[in-house]
Amino acid sequence: MTEDLAGEAPETLALTKAPTGIKGLDDVTLGGLPKGRPTLLCGAAGCGKTLVAMTFLVNGATQFGETGVFMSFEERAEDLAANVASLGYDVDGLVADKRLVIDHVRIEPAEIEVSGEFDFEPLFVRLGYAIDQVGAKRVVLDTIEALFSGFKDQAVLRAEIRRLFSWLKDRGVTAVITGERGDGQLTRYGIEEYVSDCVILLDNRVYDQVTTRRLRIVKYRGSSHGTNEYPFLIDDRGVSVMPITSAGLQHRISSEIVPTGVPDLDAMFGLGGFYRGSSVLLSGLAGTGKSTFSAWFANAVCNRGERCLYFAFEESPDQIVRNMRSAGIDLQKHVDSGRLLFESARPSLYGLEMHLTRMHRDIVEFKPAAVVVDPISAFRGVQSEIHGTLLRLADICKERGVTAFFTSLSLASDHTSEADRGVSSLMDTWISLTDVEASGERNRVMYVLKARGMSHSNQMREYLLTSSGVRLIEPYVGQEGVLTGAARQAQEARERSEAWERSQAVARRTRELDRRRASIERQIAELRAGLEAEENEFAMLASQEAGREDALTADRAAMAAKRSAAE
Amino acid sequence: MTPDAEITSDPAKAGHYNLRLYVAGQTPKSLAAISNLKTICEEHLAGMYTIEVIDLLVKPQLAAGDQILAVPTLVRRLPPPIKRIIGNLSDTDRVLVGLDIRSGETPPP
Repeated sequence: MTEDLAGEAPETLALTKAPTGIKGLDDVTLGGLPKGRPTLLCGAAGCGKTLVAMTFLVNGATQFGETGVFMSFEERAEDLAANVASLGYDVDGLVADKRLVIDHVRIEPAEIEVSGEFDFEPLFVRLGYAIDQVGAKRVVLDTIEALFSGFKDQAVLRAEIRRLFSWLKDRGVTAVITGERGDGQLTRYGIEEYVSDCVILLDNRVYDQVTTRRLRIVKYRGSSHGTNEYPFLIDDRGVSVMPITSAGLQHRISSEIVPTGVPDLDAMFGLGGFYRGSSVLLSGLAGTGKSTFSAWFANAVCNRGERCLYFAFEESPDQIVRNMRSAGIDLQKHVDSGRLLFESARPSLYGLEMHLTRMHRDIVEFKPAAVVVDPISAFRGVQSEIHGTLLRLADICKERGVTAFFTSLSLASDHTSEADRGVSSLMDTWISLTDVEASGERNRVMYVLKARGMSHSNQMREYLLTSSGVRLIEPYVGQEGVLTGAARQAQEARERSEAWERSQAVARRTRELDRRRASIERQIAELRAGLEAEENEFAMLASQEAGREDALTADRAAMAAKRSAAE
Repeated sequence: MTPDAEITSDPAKAGHYNLRLYVAGQTPKSLAAISNLKTICEEHLAGMYTIEVIDLLVKPQLAAGDQILAVPTLVRRLPPPIKRIIGNLSDTDRVLVGLDIRSGETPPP
């Protein structure tokens, strides 16, 4: 869901921008901060102003060939270098290379006595000197409001700060000015009124003891920009902002099929697996082998030579590798070959959006073909937020054609727990694992609840987690319903004996029939013999009769001849 | 700012005032500060001060090196501790307080 506002912003052609190199921030600002103008970066204490500002300079020096000056009014140069070293920035190296200048302006109110008029020309001199030293294009003032604590005469100070900002503009440097959040205004001393080109607000909110960092572009003169609050992340890989808007559904889809890693399960899908880039939910009760299915899936991805990113929220990578070895999967070799990357974190480590930002960053960096999230039910929080987070995650994956494999722990024995129902509409494929308790044992049964865009088996299948893989067993479906385990075996035995008895009965009937057929045929033969005898007798009688007729005729003729002779 | 330093006494002597005045160019404020400073020193520290005037436009690196934020800034480098006074030094009382000088008194060594 990277924001694509570029089309709506023709004026960006007129305004050149200085890219920050911060993932996401350049998307949100459509290219970076206004080049040659000051930008105000404000926020409460501890929300990352200094780190974001330093990132702007370091990235400028390392990625965009723009040198920078960091003028710190709070931290000493060596403290600053040490602090940002945790983000992987080699500030000292950049300073030695003359790509960065750090100038610490020390303000000690107690030492300063004021007598008569003064101005802040040395600040300009210092800044100008530092800029000239390295030919700086970027300047950070962190945080200039510290001057207010040192000097009572605010009228002079304000006039000088105003002059400083216009001087920075004249010098053509892209400046970032940080400011502490004040009551009812963006900064404590209201310096936002002098910086009117771009204002970025950082926030660090605590909800339910979990903090989430958020960033918002308050204004950006002469450019459109993303207006939402975007979560951002500061960790050992620097700063990243998550550019999220409402879910876009314009992603390209693939009709390629990805095997599930379990051959028997492939057979349950009409096309032999999941669609590439689809979202798969595997929900199930505790101990139904969700992680095992996940591992087989990840294993299959890696065996194809593709990369898989495995987000584990309940187990450490080592634990998963060890446990899956017992299931017959060697994940270690994929980890060693760099195809499989585990990212383990406790869900409570930070807020949902921070998790999302981290996952987004990892997905962008690692470019996996598939992602496993085990399990999504580990996230705790407001249901709508979890739903929103998963929606975004699913969309992030979809957008990149990454097959997403989510597991979810069903809490109650009913197969659709609250969490499943919430996310089911996001999922293209949903496999449910459950168990059936009968005959004093517990057997695992699975079925495919849905598979968008392909036919799938509607059968409940019993499966076994063996050391050589997940094996699905041909189901027993009969009058008694679906039976599993020993009950299924008993039923099958019973059926076999019944079948034997039935075949015995058939044989018996066959023999009886044969006997009867023989006896009836015998009777038929007897009757036929009797009939033949009668027919013979009749023929004989008939011929005798014919002989007598002939004799009588002859006699009559003879007699007539005799009589006519006599007359 | 023709004279960079103006020595009126032996700098090694105890109780000697080593003063440095930072300015940025020959602005009215700078000139006023220089003349105010001289007047005050002559009046209160005659024979025991050194004034060094530094133009930051000429030596910009000293702005960072000496942590100068505002001009004119008067720094009392000796005697310790270091004291700073900013402004054109038009308020003589505040300068005296800032330099730890009481009118006519010699400060403790």
